[in-house]
Amino acid sequence: MKSVTKAYRPISWPMKGAGGDTGSWRTHRPVVDTQICTKCQLCWVYCPEAVIDRNEITIDYRYCKGCGVCATECPTGAISMVKEEE
Amino acid sequence: MTTSIKKLPDIEQVLSGNGACGGCPATMALRIVGKALGSNAIMLLTPSCSVASMGMTPKLGYNWPGINICFATAGSSASGIAHAVEIMQEKGRLPGELPTIFSWVGDGGTYDIGFQALSAAAERNDNMIHFCYNNEAYSNTGVQRSGATPRGSFTTTTPTGKRQPKKNMALLMLEHNIPYVATATVAYPGDLYDKVVKAKNIPGMKYIEILAPCYLGWQFDMPETVQMSRMAVHSGAWLLWEAENSIISFNNPSSHIISGKKDADPVDEYVMKQGRFNRLLKGPDATQRIAEIQGDIDREIAFMRERAKIMI
Repeated sequence: MKSVTKAYRPISWPMKGAGGDTGSWRTHRPVVDTQICTKCQLCWVYCPEAVIDRNEITIDYRYCKGCGVCATECPTGAISMVKEEE
Repeated sequence: MTTSIKKLPDIEQVLSGNGACGGCPATMALRIVGKALGSNAIMLLTPSCSVASMGMTPKLGYNWPGINICFATAGSSASGIAHAVEIMQEKGRLPGELPTIFSWVGDGGTYDIGFQALSAAAERNDNMIHFCYNNEAYSNTGVQRSGATPRGSFTTTTPTGKRQPKKNMALLMLEHNIPYVATATVAYPGDLYDKVVKAKNIPGMKYIEILAPCYLGWQFDMPETVQMSRMAVHSGAWLLWEAENSIISFNNPSSHIISGKKDADPVDEYVMKQGRFNRLLKGPDATQRIAEIQGDIDREIAFMRERAKIMI
């Protein structure tokens, strides 16, 4: 039997973007209105993708899948889902 | 008092850009679990959605050493690793604190396929945490019926709605007399966080079940994942409780339903929001079928209320 070399070892390393640039899956992008935002951090805690910065409430659009959970859960309605342009 | 959201730690164990669906409740829950467990842990994954979410080699979406194991072996594999790390520490080969061994398993790997090994591990009281993220079907393979699927729910193997009620897995684990059992859901992250922190500091077998409303399997709109989880709790379809040394205490808001301070919401709204119950609602015996679902929930509430009175 052929010996297994290092290159064939089935080991992965923790890295961002393990599923690719998942931002391309998005149909609607969440946009934060900083005027209304009270920084309650609810969007941060419910974001399944960990793309929201908890202090600045900025969103990493490279990986945001656009699920809209943040917009639904925002108590002040500061996050709106805007349709992505082609 | 549950931990407030602002006091949750910054650590992220689920990395951005993993392979999960948008709005996935499993990664949502795993993020909170990661904040509680920290980085000193070893993760075991049986075939489930969370394995697909790991992403593609050579990248990994979770920041833990993780092992992919066979479907039926969540209990036995975690037991083996738990014993191994203890012996390695005894022999001085593993410096520092003992890592937490946990398995992250879906409801299929807990309720049905993995039950035998899990039951044996619980009986041996091995030092591990078993997490079951319960999306009430085999969602990874395209939504098939599991032991956690509630009565009346559509899956590809129950096209006219499941005829049997689901089983109360957390209660079954409690009857193994293990030190800690808890149920949680994604809508209450502070509650989930506290339960995981508590479980981490208790030696022996711990079981935590997390209700994870899968929008694909349950057929509701993607942004409503957290709302659906909240509705499940308010309607009494999911009860939040924890049991330390077999003594049950209920957590808010389920404690209000159990104590009778607040009535559970009627199940109608919860059922009607989910497409998986659609076919049941269109049939001629719709009222009777909804009454059956309500009956299951009422029975479960009544049973758990009485079970919690046993304080030995």
